[in-house]
Amino acid sequence: MKNIRWESSKIIIMHIVLILGGIAMILPFVWMFVTSIKPSTEVLSWPPSFIPKSPTWENYRTVLQEAPFGRYFLNTFLISTISALSILFTSSLSGFIFAKYEFPGRNTLFLALLATAMIPLECYMISLYLLINRFGWINTYQGVVAPILVMAFGVFFMRQNILSIPNELLDAARIDGCSEWRIYTTIILPLSRSALGALAIFAYMNAWSFFIWPLIVINERSLYTMELGLTIFQKRFTVDYGLITAGSTIAVLPILVIFLILRRNIIEGVTLTGLKG
Amino acid sequence: MNKKRSRLNNFYLFCYIGLLPTVLLYFIFRIIPIVDTFRLSFYSWSVLGVGNKFIGLENYFKLFSDKLFITSLVNTTLFAILVVSFSVAISLALAIMLNNKRMERFSPIYELIYFLPVVTPMVPVAVMWKWIYDPQYGLLNYFLSLLGISPRAWLVYPNLALYAIVIMSVWKIIGYYMMIFLVGLKNISKEYYEAALIDGAVGGQVFRYITLPLLRPIVLYVLVVATIQAFNVFTQVYVMTSDIQGAPGRLVRVFVYDIYENGFRYFKMGYASAEAVILLLIVLALTIFEFRVMGKED
Repeated sequence: MKNIRWESSKIIIMHIVLILGGIAMILPFVWMFVTSIKPSTEVLSWPPSFIPKSPTWENYRTVLQEAPFGRYFLNTFLISTISALSILFTSSLSGFIFAKYEFPGRNTLFLALLATAMIPLECYMISLYLLINRFGWINTYQGVVAPILVMAFGVFFMRQNILSIPNELLDAARIDGCSEWRIYTTIILPLSRSALGALAIFAYMNAWSFFIWPLIVINERSLYTMELGLTIFQKRFTVDYGLITAGSTIAVLPILVIFLILRRNIIEGVTLTGLKG
Repeated sequence: MNKKRSRLNNFYLFCYIGLLPTVLLYFIFRIIPIVDTFRLSFYSWSVLGVGNKFIGLENYFKLFSDKLFITSLVNTTLFAILVVSFSVAISLALAIMLNNKRMERFSPIYELIYFLPVVTPMVPVAVMWKWIYDPQYGLLNYFLSLLGISPRAWLVYPNLALYAIVIMSVWKIIGYYMMIFLVGLKNISKEYYEAALIDGAVGGQVFRYITLPLLRPIVLYVLVVATIQAFNVFTQVYVMTSDIQGAPGRLVRVFVYDIYENGFRYFKMGYASAEAVILLLIVLALTIFEFRVMGKED
């Protein structure tokens, strides 16, 4: 009896802790939005008001006049899409080959991939910059996207998934006269659909928050990504928090909408890809 | 016989052609720059291309008498220790709470909420926290004033700013690690717990002798990822501290910021490469260390 009561109060305490933590998670977002619909006089009022007295979309109008966030969005979208498609293709094909084939040099290649997988971009961005510069790719889309066209973790992740596809299935297809490429397109790809979905989400998320590299290779405004555009914007209007938070809201909104629609897929995709890779 | 051979050749051909795009892209945009970074670090180099010459280890010697570099090394290490320990501890605690059987019904909504900051890119997150930390009108100072604590200029003083950025970074990432721990906890077979209960184990003991050892690979994974990420901290520092009047980014100088500035503002590419090599060695050493300590019983 005593035990049951202890269990119940334990659950209540856990809820309290989790709810308080949850408020801390949401509050910055709410505060950002609330600030963005305040007129500038109210932004700088003390004590701060949580419900705007005279809400206005003025800040948004100014932001969209001052900075082409639509363009930034399209740039980010384009870069992320190219990156994700390339990662999906290269990861699934080489994951398949590493999982299902024996060939000379396989282990060496796989080890080389494994050994360098952990090294972050920040460690070699200088040389990479010089290389991209030599290609004449500064201020181009291909320059931004170059380092995120393959993902070693993606290869491991796809290999891990494809390992569980039975070999008999592949052999049966071979007996029916399927080429290896046909096996890849008609058996492997459809059977790893959910893994590919998870990887796609992971790749998109990585590319979307890509920051230091675009900062280095892009200095033309029309090529700014969302992240870069927002950074420059908030530097220009350092103290005008109505405008800055409106800009941030514009940057965050599409992501939140997609997240709320695909919530389970995104949470699982991001978690599992990291874990299994 | 002949047919079998051509089939085998076909296999190989498919393997090599199939791997070609991956290997090529990986080699050109990753392996070559990594190797080249080591080479560059022995050169005195400028982007203008004049006076590039081999100077051996001089860049490295210079680094260790460079005050800014030492500061950035200290700051980054402190940042990493704080962020890694707090985020791992908090997210593990959250995951254990959510793993409770009677939490099952509510778990998805909590997961959703705690994952919000994870999916939000770093720049908008840094911007909203910069506003929260605002010395005059910030929300944090408002809450503190309710508790009778006088306002602080969070992002202006180097020490305070470091902690402010730590808090924000922990806030951003705990949802991610929480989910990873939760997956790990769900994979622990119920039988272990039942057996422990029969043997009369109580709460703390169950955690110490069952949960933790079985979770070890996951904890190791999170530790490695968190450490690497923390040592590469850049975006939030760049956004939050680089433009406050009177306090440029030099104050909370972190490793990657130092590389960035030396390489792309002063164009000391060789010098910055030497720094990058040190960063790489630190990341490598820490990863190996964590594997040694955590993975020894596997």
